[in-house]
Amino acid sequence: MNPIEFLLEPLSYDFMTRALTVTVVASIVCALLSCWLVLIGWSLMGDAVSHAVLPGVVLAYVVGAPFALGALIFGVLAVALIGTLRDTSRIKEDAAIGVVFTTLFALGIVLISVTPSQTDLSHILFGNLLGVSTPDLLQVVMLGTVAFAILLLKRRDLTLYAFDPTHAHAIGLSPRVLGALLLGLLALTSVIALQAVGVVLVVALLIIPGATAYLLTDRFPRMLLIAPILSATCAVVGIYTSYYLDAASGGMVVLTQGLLFGIVYLVSPRHGIIATRVSTFRRRQLVTQRADS
Amino acid sequence: MTVPAIAVKAATVHYGDVLALDSATMSIDAGQVCGLIGMNGSGKSTLFKAIMGLIQLDRGSVLIDGDPPAQARKSGVVGYVPQGEDVDWDFPLSVRDVVMMGRYGRQGWTRRPSRVDQQAVDEALDRVELTDLAARQVGALSGGQRKRAFVARGIAQGATIMLLDEPFAGVDKRSEATISTLLRSLSAEGRTILISTHDLHTLPDLCDEAILLMKKVLLQGIPSEVLKPDNLALAFGLDVLNRDR
Repeated sequence: MNPIEFLLEPLSYDFMTRALTVTVVASIVCALLSCWLVLIGWSLMGDAVSHAVLPGVVLAYVVGAPFALGALIFGVLAVALIGTLRDTSRIKEDAAIGVVFTTLFALGIVLISVTPSQTDLSHILFGNLLGVSTPDLLQVVMLGTVAFAILLLKRRDLTLYAFDPTHAHAIGLSPRVLGALLLGLLALTSVIALQAVGVVLVVALLIIPGATAYLLTDRFPRMLLIAPILSATCAVVGIYTSYYLDAASGGMVVLTQGLLFGIVYLVSPRHGIIATRVSTFRRRQLVTQRADS
Repeated sequence: MTVPAIAVKAATVHYGDVLALDSATMSIDAGQVCGLIGMNGSGKSTLFKAIMGLIQLDRGSVLIDGDPPAQARKSGVVGYVPQGEDVDWDFPLSVRDVVMMGRYGRQGWTRRPSRVDQQAVDEALDRVELTDLAARQVGALSGGQRKRAFVARGIAQGATIMLLDEPFAGVDKRSEATISTLLRSLSAEGRTILISTHDLHTLPDLCDEAILLMKKVLLQGIPSEVLKPDNLALAFGLDVLNRDR
């Protein structure tokens, strides 16, 4: 098979083009958001919200409402519960997050098990890329565009919020509103991404691209460019690999992301482990040479 | 009578059951450099937060240029230089990016910098002598340069009141002198500077007045008076006295 055939063959199936589109859109939006999550230290929060939306999505399915609405409600509920637990008891935040998101996630699993349905709702858990319908695709593209536009237009405020919320407050902006905006977008992107990789793996798309980009640059605007590009590339590579190996597509996409992170961790020119080791070694050698002479 | 730049009246703040500020009263005139002295837990940061309107007072009031803090925030009157340990120095921002954040309150909702903003940032960087380092990542600066970067943010913001939280912590002697000179020149332009510190030896040269804080304002006056051993003993306990002798 020549390379062109290799690339074109999967695309001859409609379900594959839809799968590819959904994954690339989800990867790009999640990657953009992940830049802020990684810098604020909200990775665990991303994990929590992306899992806690599950019961919202199932209930939305039951009453025939848009998935995004159910997800948003439960995302906000999770954040509110976590904040309340943290502020009103001696439980620390990480434990509060652990308690709330697992309980809500469990509620979602129970709801799936008792909801009679023609479609297999467990697809929400692990994603069902190959079964993406055209309406699903439209919803993902629409929500993705909205989230992408908000993130880009408000990027400077979000960065200020991540870097120095006190200063944001001092110049008359509301850190509370900006934080809420970020969490709302987190719930929204979770819905977008669960189509592609499923609730369980959404968090990967929300953390890995930002973490990878952070190891590659000291400039935030560049992070916002690098993360989506790498993430989209991993999505394409992952989907093709899953097609030819006949392996789980969501898992393959995330696995590719993880492998790329591993490579960058090793060989990134400035923040990679090899580069830092080498420069430490050189410095030590210099010191010993000086001591000898 | 002129309106004081900062006027705090009988401010009381609790964190849960803990009393953090106990009916603190003080006022600082425009153009003064004032040192706020007290031990850890004496309420220095709480007083800062009250001035910035970050916390609700249980009782009392804060006026900035005669207006409530919310008004002052809208007009960007108060600039804030955070304590070194409160900043994530690995954050991927350049010095210029940080100073530009001073302009956000004056920009449209996407914070797109205009030529006026760029110019204000250039001037602020020049003022603190960081023009050459503008493209550096903030964490790649020395301790003293980091402080100056945040002072530049306040200048770009157009702040007439600057709050500095422990600006001399982790800063070498030479940078300390540079910062002191900078703060003096800012006050000469009519800006009001409030510095929280437990670094007592820099105060007499730098400050016009000093405030001793121990949940309430124990004393406000010229530094040589406030720093008398007997007075310091009130705020720090007797060990300061013994160490000095």
